[in-house]
Amino acid sequence: MTSLHEHLIAHPDLDRPEHFTRANLDWVPWLEPPTVEELTEAQYEGLVERKRDSSPYFRLLALDPAVLAARTKADIDIFHTSSRDGDGLPRPERELAAAVASRVNGCVFCASVHARFAATLSRRPDDVDLLLERGADVAAEQLDERWSAIVEAAQALTVTPPRFAATHVDRLRAAGLSDEAIGDLISSAGFFSWANRLMLSLGEPENPPA
Amino acid sequence: MTAATSAPNASGTTLHALAAPDLVDALLGVREGDAIDVVRRSRPAAREHTQATLVALLDPVDDGAFAVADRLAVATFVVALHGGSPLHAVYEADLSPSTRALVATLAAQAGRPGPYGVFREPGLAGESVEGERWIAPTAEVGERLATALTHAALLVLRPRESQPEALRALLDAGWTREGVVTLSQLVAFLTYQVRIVAGLTVLAHSQQARQTNQQQSENSPGVPA
Repeated sequence: MTSLHEHLIAHPDLDRPEHFTRANLDWVPWLEPPTVEELTEAQYEGLVERKRDSSPYFRLLALDPAVLAARTKADIDIFHTSSRDGDGLPRPERELAAAVASRVNGCVFCASVHARFAATLSRRPDDVDLLLERGADVAAEQLDERWSAIVEAAQALTVTPPRFAATHVDRLRAAGLSDEAIGDLISSAGFFSWANRLMLSLGEPENPPA
Repeated sequence: MTAATSAPNASGTTLHALAAPDLVDALLGVREGDAIDVVRRSRPAAREHTQATLVALLDPVDDGAFAVADRLAVATFVVALHGGSPLHAVYEADLSPSTRALVATLAAQAGRPGPYGVFREPGLAGESVEGERWIAPTAEVGERLATALTHAALLVLRPRESQPEALRALLDAGWTREGVVTLSQLVAFLTYQVRIVAGLTVLAHSQQARQTNQQQSENSPGVPA
């Protein structure tokens, strides 16, 4: 790609993934992020955690630091707060919901990250691979009742317009989810409608070095 | 840049979208201690920062890269693409009548069920779904806002078809890097917000129906145990 714009980045020789995978993919930006040296203190505040400055994705989003800071704090509470797992949706199933949204929207990078978390934390790699390889419809048909109900609900939340309905709530409750857990499912699937669109539109995944 | 009006101003006018302390709670009709309030407050930082994101997007320190009036036009368009969200009336309320009518017309042209599109990954070609690639007309809204609406429709409906060329179109139309990032965040955040409102509304109604059933069974003559 040749460009008249100094901020567009070409990746002519990128080793791109060809399908959904749990491999440890990298992500490269199409729009040039600030370098670590260029980041202002306000932009560091947007990153919330300074170590996030190693990620070109977060450095790019730091160009609007106020939005990134709020988004990051919501993200951390939805996915990383574990103190309430007794009432809420267990972390592996929040990751499953994120992987379903990513599978439905077609974000190979996001799906790889969250499928990896879901598979490792649940110790159910084969079930997660079924989702990646065959898609949400087949996964909802073949997985056990609880995961099937979660996959079906996350898919219904992800499509446009969303078609999440009382029947999904009833099925999730019957599968043992509390109302707090159903709230967590709505948040974690919903959050990936946001994340998928950023990762898909601002850059692309790259295979790990052989 | 557009005919849209009513950004926060010196006279203290507040956008409808920012009028409530928490927009999602306001749309759900949440009262303190409700079953749905308990669910929302079980992730207090997520609740707080969902609202904080909205404030950062619609009441920015500096809107030079993307005017608030244009943000509202894009927001209304994005929510309209989702059909039937109660968020639509909230964002639409701050548009001028002419912009409101124009956005409604454009959303009706662009809207269809999603997501769809052709995958960039060759191994997923079998799952690709060809469909309309809508482009906003520049004559009516101007090139800058038109490219934003074109990009918004791409992100909402067929995000898998995103390519660097879409960013080039924005830069060609005068968008800065900062403006592109804020536009991307606005569109993507709204797809989240629409789903939070939709999902929690269904859950709240289910909780209310369950409570009504419990009250009815408590009030009816009991079966002797």
